[in-house]
Amino acid sequence: MEQRSNTFLDNASEALKNTGQAKRRDSMARLTPLLRSAAIEDAGDFESLRQQMKQVRQHSLDNLAHYLTQFEQEAVHNGNRMHFARDAEELNSIVLDICQQHDARRVVKGKSMVTEETGLNSFLQRAGLDVMETDLGEYIIQQAVETPSHIVTPALHKSAEEVRELFKDKHDLGPRALEDTTDMVAEARQVLREHFLKAEVGIIGANALIAENGYSMLVTNEGNGDLCANLPKTLIVCTTIDRILPRAEDATAMLRLLARSATGQSQTAYTSFYSGPSRDGDVDGPQETHIVLLDNARSEMLTGDYREMLECIRCGACLNHCPIFASVGGHAYGWVYPGPMGSVLTPLLTSLEQSNALPNACTSCGRCAEVCPADIPLPDLLRDLRHEETLEKLSPSRWRLGLKLHAWVSQQPWLYRALTATIIPLLHLMGRRRGSFTRLPFASGWTNERNFPAPQKKTFMQLYKAGMKKPNE
Amino acid sequence: MNEQQHGDHPASNESMQVSLFVTCLADLFRPAVAFASIKLLEQANCEVTVPPSQTCCGQPAYNSGDYEATVPLARKVIEILEPADYVVVPSGSCAGMICQHYPRLLEGEWRDRALQLASKTFELTTFLTQIAKIQPLSEQSTELPTITYHDACAGLRELNIKEQPRQLLQELCGVAVKELDQSDVCCGFGGTFCAKMPEISGKMVGDKLDNALATGAKILTGGDLGCLLNLAGRAQRQGEDLEIRHIAELLCGDLDTPPIGQSGQR
Ligand code: SF4
Repeated sequence: MEQRSNTFLDNASEALKNTGQAKRRDSMARLTPLLRSAAIEDAGDFESLRQQMKQVRQHSLDNLAHYLTQFEQEAVHNGNRMHFARDAEELNSIVLDICQQHDARRVVKGKSMVTEETGLNSFLQRAGLDVMETDLGEYIIQQAVETPSHIVTPALHKSAEEVRELFKDKHDLGPRALEDTTDMVAEARQVLREHFLKAEVGIIGANALIAENGYSMLVTNEGNGDLCANLPKTLIVCTTIDRILPRAEDATAMLRLLARSATGQSQTAYTSFYSGPSRDGDVDGPQETHIVLLDNARSEMLTGDYREMLECIRCGACLNHCPIFASVGGHAYGWVYPGPMGSVLTPLLTSLEQSNALPNACTSCGRCAEVCPADIPLPDLLRDLRHEETLEKLSPSRWRLGLKLHAWVSQQPWLYRALTATIIPLLHLMGRRRGSFTRLPFASGWTNERNFPAPQKKTFMQLYKAGMKKPNE
Repeated sequence: MNEQQHGDHPASNESMQVSLFVTCLADLFRPAVAFASIKLLEQANCEVTVPPSQTCCGQPAYNSGDYEATVPLARKVIEILEPADYVVVPSGSCAGMICQHYPRLLEGEWRDRALQLASKTFELTTFLTQIAKIQPLSEQSTELPTITYHDACAGLRELNIKEQPRQLLQELCGVAVKELDQSDVCCGFGGTFCAKMPEISGKMVGDKLDNALATGAKILTGGDLGCLLNLAGRAQRQGEDLEIRHIAELLCGDLDTPPIGQSGQR
């Protein structure tokens, strides 16, 4: 996927001008936190649940090699074929090889952010395969030739009206008008059924890999994951190495928080565990199953400063609670993962140079960290990335030098007092009549959007030194 | 009555020694906040000193990721404030900087000293409700119009400041806060964020202001001057008839000082 993270400000500006989408984002931003908090309240003590989750995730990562080996053994024992991919290209070619070995021409896919990350669809399409997304949201954006705007609800940016127009354009509707969303869902289901039945290969992602039994776990609301996994003869599970959990009960602990954090459901409609190819006597199921585990910078993250980010369970709660995500939407972030988690991941998975605007798209308000079921200190990680940005001199030099100068002057009290005692009374005089400035040469960023309040007569330190008790005396 | 409970009532003759960390924004833009803080602390039977060489806590450089420039400043602030029995700060984000971020930023001996300082540093409304409990003055102070309150993010999430200002407004001024919708959402200030990403910040502050106006309150208050300057600037830009004042000013009944961003000559 082509990356446009560094034009974040322009992307954001565009997004803000699209008032229809902005309105829908606003109402989602009001709704999703309410849904989540009701569901979380229901679950019991959130703090202890997430600490439990965090311990499990930390333990899994601390012993990643061990659990990966165990998972591999168990998965192979269950009849799966295991593949490890170092990077996006490797994953794509492994998947293509499997498809070609089976002379497959049609592929159906469940929702998978990992394959978005590797750009699998376009890779397979270029090789002549017909790839069909089957998650309704993914299907919609595939038809519209767009990219996901949210990691859980990829077509969040689309209105019902737009979807109707899209289906009118792409489907042979005949006299059907698709009046309400139920009609549209039925329409998509109808079309997708055909694809499920014809496909030779199914590709799905995984929410977790369970080391003790070699199962992969997937949650969906539409059941399309199960159809992708069970109808085609060959199944390929694509996910990353950090999805590993030691035991089945750890997956249960994760399930307690995942859907609640993501959509405010106590549970998704479907929770599936895939063991491997169908066995004698099974009524359905694939004949051959592959599991492709992608690294793509994860093992680097494991030993680096941003390791905690690997604990993410991809619930999307941080997106739903981020006022900046709510303002500009997912596309503005310019790559696969948006919002707070995306602003950490994108620099780590691509490069800071290509995406250093993203860690700056944060007011450190802390709402994301407050709700994150993996208890990831997202604002701290984003600040640490800004630290790297500073060290690598990627931010504009006038900002960097200005802040350095400010910090230095702040350590010289006499100079600081002398400067402020000159500037503040002057600013007061200039702004006294209106009380605020509509424009100030050194603060255009501020004054583009709001006035700059004028200071009171003198600094507090001036007044206090003169023995005054009130600023107006 | 046991010792602990006794300690909860500093109305006895022992007064507490408090150093006020004024914060750079109050020092430069709103001395009224610092004067009001002193008055409130004295009313709570504290002896207030203002360490003269204080400047800024270092948030601008820190939040922009220049840790190297922040470290010496943080150390300096620690040196200036650590002799105090208590440090009180009329800003959630500056108190949060000292309490949460200095220990994160510094290492070794300095980290220990930062933790020491953190243990005796309090945001103003927390201090007045939990440490030196302020009592209302016997004479009825200025009558306040309807008020809505903006929960600044750092105070809310780093220091759990939520009930404290509401309780004080109730006890000292007899007013109940008219709560604004989406009260836990950021106002778009974010330090340098508002200047680096003005359009997004503008959208956020616009939303916050809409929610404040929808309460019908005459005054919007809060505990962090950064947010209040942001909100006041936007209110002025839109020509809204809303007074924006720091919580400390209201608590000591100072309505004489013109609201933030207004000239008082209207
Ligand atoms: S960072 Fe936390 S809140 Fe965000 S998607 Fe990951 S687990 Fe969910």
